[in-house]
Amino acid sequence: MELKGKPLTDEEFRKGKVITVPWNPKAMYEWDTGTAMGRYLDGMKQGKIIGVQCHKCRRIMVPPRDFCELCFRNVDEYTEIKDTGSVNTFSICNVSWDMKRISSPLIPAVIELDGASEGMGIMHLLGEVDPKSVTRGMKVKAVWKPAQEREGAITDIRYFKPL
Amino acid sequence: MNPRAWKGEIPVQFLYTAGVAGERFFTRLRDQGKLFGTRCPQCKTIYLPPRIYCERCFSGLEDWVEVKGRGKVFSYTVLHRDRKGQPLGKPIIVAMVSFDGVKGSLIHIVAGIEPKKMKIGMEVEAIFKDPAERRGSILDIKEFRAVSKG
Amino acid sequence: MPDVAIIGAGTTRFMRRSLETGKELSYEAAKMALDSAGLTLKDIQAVCMGTAPDAFDGLHMKGEYLLDGAGGFGKPYMRGYVGGGTGVFAPIQGWYHVASGLFDICLVVCEEKMSSCQPHPQGAFLTIFDHTTERPLGPNLLWIFALEMNRYMTTYGIQKKDIALVSVKNKKNAMDNPIAQLPMEITVDDVLKSEVLAWPVQRLDVSPTSDGAAAIVLASEKVARKLTNKPVWIQGVGWSLDTSYWTDKDLCYPRYVEKAARMAYGMAGVKEPKKEINVVEPYDPFDYKELHHLEGLLLCDKGDAPRITADGVTQRNGNMPACPSGGLLGCGNPIAASGLMKISEIFYQLRGEAGKRQVPGKPLRGLAQAWGDLMQVGTVVVMGVDKPRAKGKKAR
Repeated sequence: MELKGKPLTDEEFRKGKVITVPWNPKAMYEWDTGTAMGRYLDGMKQGKIIGVQCHKCRRIMVPPRDFCELCFRNVDEYTEIKDTGSVNTFSICNVSWDMKRISSPLIPAVIELDGASEGMGIMHLLGEVDPKSVTRGMKVKAVWKPAQEREGAITDIRYFKPL
Repeated sequence: MNPRAWKGEIPVQFLYTAGVAGERFFTRLRDQGKLFGTRCPQCKTIYLPPRIYCERCFSGLEDWVEVKGRGKVFSYTVLHRDRKGQPLGKPIIVAMVSFDGVKGSLIHIVAGIEPKKMKIGMEVEAIFKDPAERRGSILDIKEFRAVSKG
Repeated sequence: MPDVAIIGAGTTRFMRRSLETGKELSYEAAKMALDSAGLTLKDIQAVCMGTAPDAFDGLHMKGEYLLDGAGGFGKPYMRGYVGGGTGVFAPIQGWYHVASGLFDICLVVCEEKMSSCQPHPQGAFLTIFDHTTERPLGPNLLWIFALEMNRYMTTYGIQKKDIALVSVKNKKNAMDNPIAQLPMEITVDDVLKSEVLAWPVQRLDVSPTSDGAAAIVLASEKVARKLTNKPVWIQGVGWSLDTSYWTDKDLCYPRYVEKAARMAYGMAGVKEPKKEINVVEPYDPFDYKELHHLEGLLLCDKGDAPRITADGVTQRNGNMPACPSGGLLGCGNPIAASGLMKISEIFYQLRGEAGKRQVPGKPLRGLAQAWGDLMQVGTVVVMGVDKPRAKGKKAR
């Protein structure tokens, strides 16, 4: 059967050897944080991690949300979660999103926070640690920016470091 | 609690190919200063810009025909503001131009005429840029102008 | 509920960047599928289009844009999208168009033109991360795969060399697939020595981005019997989505793939999948995903997929051939089109028409599966040479 499709080389495509039209849109957004996320970010500014609890399924959830997605009802209370936890999983990343090498590796991780339900985690970065010594289950603690630098963002925690 | 919004952007840029039909259409427009369409033998109609398939009967289209740049105004509008809502110095007329035997119409600028003199059905013709200025783009047609009578 | 069969299929080459526009790619695949079924556009009563984010092709309302190339002009036409699961979801959408009795013949088309997205389609993918809690950390898509792969490896004590076998197998299988983008003979060592992108993900663990399209024709029993003596019946379908709070789940097991598989097996009357599925095309955008999905599909025990791979069970001449097409690792990954390509592969395999890729032993029943979103969706279709057995065809 005849094969359909005319592949182009990178040069043909990018160097204008075939007719191309570039378009660079500016897709800028302002997302409302919502009530739950708003409180999470306020907590960040104060150096606290805020979660919520659903009394029906008894889960303590972080990041907080307005409604419990399992029970499909509003959550019952906001509560403070500890800023320590353990590493659920991690990676050592050497490239940026556009696939260029970065000078020093980033260590993203999913951290199960103490005080939240088991398996409840957030994504963040690990720091002050040799990538080779990171292990699953390692105990870590948040390193916060000083109060005057915090702005109400996830980056108010610089990274988590080993306890 | 302070309600707030989080700002960000989606970092995308695009580079579009013209396609198999488009590659030929724009290359000929650039090199020959002529418009071409493709004819569907079953539906007996010409598509401009051309395509490699007929959307109505799904025949593959291989019959390329020249379309003379003279057509009629099918509809038009007069723009007074730009994309960002800022007033334009001079209004711009955008028209749908239909051609004999061709299904549908081509969208382009009409120049050299007062907006109030525009009429649906009036004859217009394509003004092509000089060969040195043509790049293989729809803008190789500089604009359409009213066909002068007499 | 009428039984539904696949009676024709077509796939374009999968290419890093194609001259064709998305419309032209869709047309080529749709025309091939129609020709293979001996039909014209007039015979098609409805069209289902599957295509992933508009942001890849850079075209808003992408489904509507692709419509004329997909044969949808003047017809009931709808585009569905469920991330990477789209390629197996679109045929499910097509299936219920026919199974409902509303239409007798439905065309399903899937397309992707990722090369339009510069500098890299990842720019569009980035938006999958939460804008407030995740994007400020500067993530890239490789992170989630790396985090999932690492969790899977550390849960079961799996080594990179066990996972690399999948990449070796699929890229080699792709050498017999004329549409493949990156067929090659590599060794486990080549994979282990390839550039570390986001440990444990290395360059040869990842499938390439791609442009391409695929299409199939679905028909009700009464029409299928007139048009072909080798209909491939859709025996069961299943789909399930999980929470988008991906950090709340244990990433070592795709429970949503299991849910989708159980739904499909229930409909198909499959009680022992390990014995009753003869050939499988699990979604393999990364090599470890094939292992992850074989377990989620209940085709092997949890944590056991690396062992059956090392034992050769998933080779073409093994007991459970997996990705005989070459998969995404070998053929390329134009998101939606790749899932439908897997459906087509099972179609060819069950008809004995897969040429050099044909698995021996006359397979009677096969399965194609896709996956996507933020570790969220499983879509499954079970196909067979016999009509669906289960009397009560409701999903359990």
